[in-house]
Amino acid sequence: MSVQSIAAEDSGSEGEPRINDFSLKFANVNGTGSASANNLILRAIFRMGVPVSGKNLFPSNIQGLPTWYEIRVSGRGHTSRAQRYDLMVAMNGQTYAEDIGQLAPGGYVLYDSTWPLPATLLRDDVNFLGVPLAKLCGDAFSGPRERILMKNIAYAGAVSYLIGIDPQVLAELLEESYSGNQALRDSNQMALRLGYDYAEENLPAALPFRLEAGTGTAGKILIDGNTATALGCLYAGATVAAWYPITPATSVAENFRKLCERYRRRKVTLADGTVETRNDFVILQAEDELAALGMVIGASWAGARAFTSTSGPGISLMNELLGLAYYTEIPAVVINVQRTGPSTGMPTRVQQADLLECAYASHGDTKHILLLPADPRECFEFAVQAFDLAERFQTPVMMLSDLDIGMNDWAVDRFSWDDGYRPDRGRVLTDADIQKLGHFYRYGDEDSEFVTPRTIPGLSEQGAYFTRGSGHDRYGLYTEEADAYAQVVERLAKKVEASAAHLPEPVIRMQDGATVGVITMGSCEGAVLEALEALFSEGTPLDYMRVRGFPFDAGVRAFIDGHERCIVVEQNRDAQLRSLLILEAGVDGRRLGSILSYGGLPISAVQVIEGARRAIHQTGEQ
Amino acid sequence: MPSINKPLIPLAAMPKNEIGLTIRDYEGSMSTLCAGCGHDSVTAAIVRALFELSVPPHKVVKMSGIGCSSKTTAYFDSAAHGFNSAHGRMAPIATGANAANRDALYVGISGDGDSLSIGAGHMVHAIRRNVHMIYVIENNGVYGLTKGQFSASADIGSAAKRGEANTVAPVDPVMLALSLGASFVARSFSGDKEQLVPILKAAAQHRGLALIDVISPCVQFNNHYGSTKSYRYVREHELREIDPDFIDTAREIVADLPRDGALMVAMHDGGLVRFRTLPADYDPTDREAAMRYVNQANARGEIPTGLLFVDESIPDVHELNHTSETPLVELPFEELCPGSAELEEFQQSFV
Repeated sequence: MSVQSIAAEDSGSEGEPRINDFSLKFANVNGTGSASANNLILRAIFRMGVPVSGKNLFPSNIQGLPTWYEIRVSGRGHTSRAQRYDLMVAMNGQTYAEDIGQLAPGGYVLYDSTWPLPATLLRDDVNFLGVPLAKLCGDAFSGPRERILMKNIAYAGAVSYLIGIDPQVLAELLEESYSGNQALRDSNQMALRLGYDYAEENLPAALPFRLEAGTGTAGKILIDGNTATALGCLYAGATVAAWYPITPATSVAENFRKLCERYRRRKVTLADGTVETRNDFVILQAEDELAALGMVIGASWAGARAFTSTSGPGISLMNELLGLAYYTEIPAVVINVQRTGPSTGMPTRVQQADLLECAYASHGDTKHILLLPADPRECFEFAVQAFDLAERFQTPVMMLSDLDIGMNDWAVDRFSWDDGYRPDRGRVLTDADIQKLGHFYRYGDEDSEFVTPRTIPGLSEQGAYFTRGSGHDRYGLYTEEADAYAQVVERLAKKVEASAAHLPEPVIRMQDGATVGVITMGSCEGAVLEALEALFSEGTPLDYMRVRGFPFDAGVRAFIDGHERCIVVEQNRDAQLRSLLILEAGVDGRRLGSILSYGGLPISAVQVIEGARRAIHQTGEQ
Repeated sequence: MPSINKPLIPLAAMPKNEIGLTIRDYEGSMSTLCAGCGHDSVTAAIVRALFELSVPPHKVVKMSGIGCSSKTTAYFDSAAHGFNSAHGRMAPIATGANAANRDALYVGISGDGDSLSIGAGHMVHAIRRNVHMIYVIENNGVYGLTKGQFSASADIGSAAKRGEANTVAPVDPVMLALSLGASFVARSFSGDKEQLVPILKAAAQHRGLALIDVISPCVQFNNHYGSTKSYRYVREHELREIDPDFIDTAREIVADLPRDGALMVAMHDGGLVRFRTLPADYDPTDREAAMRYVNQANARGEIPTGLLFVDESIPDVHELNHTSETPLVELPFEELCPGSAELEEFQQSFV
């Protein structure tokens, strides 16, 4: 891929350093403890009030393989991958050549100078900054494990000096992280100091880029999407979670457990006076994803708010029971943190390639409600909404997050909560309701949105019904009769269609003079908005729409109708969002172009800019 | 389809149970299974057991998968919700329902195809978790709805209706359950209501998963000479030594209990199981002894029946989880949502 750099945001005058506009890349070996050092740098920059984003490009492996971490500092809040690095922290001998080769001319390499770099790696056009990390840590620490771990913290110290991180902020962060472990705090402090002091004495005092404290992160938090999703499930009142471990979704369930242990535990005094802890939740680690969704369906059928979290391979297994929940009209919330497919694919790489599968999951005529968050804040909000939609429409709702949103830290506006919120439990009848109505037809008596009433097993004395995935009529009775069958499935189609009005509306931004629209979804947003800014500044205004739910609402179609042509930006090979728009919004495919990124690394603004230029150029030729 | 239409007005006043209901109140819709199907006898035993236990009919939750056996949840207790789910998936769906509402009697009905093939993995894990439910396998060694293929419980040498013999070793749900640490394992015969009803009643008062493997002959496809799951074969080979009597101590006067030295096991929810006859050296509370006994009987070509093993000390899924005594589904939202102030506080660790 040719990488063309975007003009630096704030290039400054000659000789003046670029402020709050640069990128760092850390090349590490996984399993050596580098994550905490890289995270420390990210959090320190954030706490200095400078907008920042971090992307972990890691292998599907526990120890010994190359892993990278990228930090983009952008005073203007750009979050997508930079693909142009100002400083490379080269800590992995296996990838020296690749890492050093990636640097733009004029860039900097920080390496462990305990051993000399092979001469073949030296480049005249980049600057080498040696810090004898192994030697410094070898002298200062005794245990072999500590020596390895602390090398990371030592480079964090050196980097802090080079880019201008406030040492006070670092000390504060270490204090918070290791408040319960003084020994660990002290060794971290010492390692940080080793790197910082060495750099101060031996490395250049000024690099052409640096940090300047500001207020750009006021009112923001730095959080990953999976934590935010778990928080949303907690706040929505979910009491049952069932899941099977899978990258990159595992931390949704693990965070949900942590949150439940913090907020959902009560002390109760038993008859004999002993005090015990009671959990207002059940978390089931299932035998497979099939069972996980089965448990969610069982719990939702029995009236609880329940969810499962998974990724593509899990969705493949869940197809069977997604059809059951759809046809029997049982709420089910499924969080899909997408990764690269097909099959096992690349478990630690990102894609948005489950869109079509989720929209039509399971055999037979099915269609499902989808929510498409773009960042952790939307993960929190949409997770809550997913339960309301699932219960209101008595059907599965899938939230399609992805690895980039789910596992990376994003600077987003603080979450807020309305204490007046009460769950939308949909049409649930009690004994009194049935008494008043005089009858109860499980799949009859639809409301204006084609939803029929249900009762909760074990809770109501009346309104027992038999739930079956086999053919049934409006009373819930078994049928093989064409009209009785059709009546139910036709209503299902209308019901799911009716949900569109309740889904998050698309985000639309218009620019004067634009005739072409750019459509995207989910985690592409940062790259697309940055690209649109750059294209605008070179005289190409483009309108923008980010789709946030499926089925599409009228606004989606109206946006497309309002443009000669639209370009759909998405992270999969087959242009799945474009296909869905053609199928479901009735758009003529000739009016929809594509920009596709599917190599597994988060899409960058550069890819969008180049793709848009190509697409617009092609239109001009027609 | 059998003709089981009953007179609308009973000929004589029907006896009532403790909550004033008659056995009719525990019946379901008319069976659509073949006349003589063993499964209908199991249904009748379930109706009898629920009636005798005076369970409020709406407090029963009926769970099943797909297959002939799984249809039977429609044929008892119409006042209870039922879920005829997907092939093999009864166990996880029941596990989820039970997680949401622990305050109901979960009656799961499955078959040998449902539980020993497509859903074997799920059954294994429901047993491990000790989900509080009755788990009946209506075991006939054959796929009925698809007309006569061998199932995973078909014995080696057992012949199909067309004559060919099964060559693949069977899965024995009793041995499987015992090896997995199951807390309640029984085997019975659909033709033996006298034995099955007390087993079902004990199962209803057991804490945890009560597995009952019921040999239930398929009259269409597996009730011929050569089949080891026919009425005749089972009657000839049944080893009926471990018969339980279920004594509902919550309702009977304890002083009247026979004190003849027979083994008594107290069930978690109040009843007592009294073992009538026991072979020498057999202790139904000793897992190893049970496994040895069943294995030896199997080797002799016998089908040991009865309540083979019970252990009331094993915690169920909710005890392991320390779940709230109030069913999760009845907890008010206000207690579940931490609110805006806590959200502010929580986010302090993300700045």
